Amino acid sequence: MVAIALPRNSRVEPGQRHEPPRPAKRPREFKVYRWSPERGGNPRLDTFVVDLDDCGPMVLDALIKIKSEIDSTLTFRRSCREGICGSCAMNIDGHNTLACTKAIEDVQGPVAVYPLPHMQVVKDLVVDFEHFWAQYESIQPWLKNYTPAPAKERRQSPEERSKLDGLYECILCACCSTSCPSYWWNGDRYLGPAALLQAYRWIADSRDEATAERLDELEDPFKLYRCHTIMNCTNTCPKGLNPAKAIAEIKKLIVERRL
Amino acid sequence: MARAERPLSPHVQIFRWYFTMALSIAHRISGVGLAIGLVLLTWWLTALARGPEAFAVVQAATDHVLGGFVLFAYTFVMFYHLGNGIRHLAWDLGYGFEKDETYRSGVAVLAFAAVATLLVWILLLAF
Repeated sequence: MVAIALPRNSRVEPGQRHEPPRPAKRPREFKVYRWSPERGGNPRLDTFVVDLDDCGPMVLDALIKIKSEIDSTLTFRRSCREGICGSCAMNIDGHNTLACTKAIEDVQGPVAVYPLPHMQVVKDLVVDFEHFWAQYESIQPWLKNYTPAPAKERRQSPEERSKLDGLYECILCACCSTSCPSYWWNGDRYLGPAALLQAYRWIADSRDEATAERLDELEDPFKLYRCHTIMNCTNTCPKGLNPAKAIAEIKKLIVERRL
Repeated sequence: MARAERPLSPHVQIFRWYFTMALSIAHRISGVGLAIGLVLLTWWLTALARGPEAFAVVQAATDHVLGGFVLFAYTFVMFYHLGNGIRHLAWDLGYGFEKDETYRSGVAVLAFAAVATLLVWILLLAF
């Protein structure tokens, strides 16, 4: 259901200001969302001053610098630092993106860093993905076949393979789903753009034989049809993919098979 | 150890609006507005049936500056909802999903609504 206001325990309060260990030549403020289960209470917005002359170009570089030089308790997920693992997805400057591919230079003024929107916060910038993964699992993201496997492999022409372009690149960072107002209000039952793009990735795969079954599963007022083409998913995707289009293709297939 | 209940991360409070996002909520709001406006249309029609006195009251209201503004706004809201509805139909057919296309179609809908509204009112006031 639509709930604009945050629950009482989730309202963000002002936090502390942390100066850099050495005077900064080119200071830039980072306003970072903080909450820890040990400390409890309401979340706070801490300000960290980082010297850009002594820091890598990306927002993730600044977060790592803050963690190693100013406050080691700052908690966030990161791994590959090159936009392929999807771990450091967060809301930076009001849009969901990967901290490792978001240049600090692209942000005007203080850099606001929040966890992915409308999620349960585990600690600081780390949110609970339990439900997101369960939804991904529900679309059965694997090749399903009913014919016996050929001796060597299931062949696919270059044309058939090209239908997976723009789909297989998804890294499941959840930027799209957590940018979607429909997912905010109905995420308990609406699958969200990430799971739906993945669902279409298997529907579009010429080697998969469970298309009808997959469409049956998706034909549901909530799972699929809470998409209202708001386009936040496509606008925010750090990989430049188009979940809204993938969802529209699923809707089209469901209509077409009735004609 | 007792753990504090997890907070919900901020959403609309911190999300920077996309143009398409604003048009989307505007589509819904304009739909609600059109439905409410039907009450005014009903008022007008029942006044017509009730006789000259009742009709004169409606006439006075629409001749008033405020009433005129409501009608003008209603015209715009109607054309916006119409134009954006057609945009949605194109999406349902699978067209216009590229990022630049969604922006351009959004601007086109706003421009259509503005021009159509002005045209209708110029014609109304001229004749």
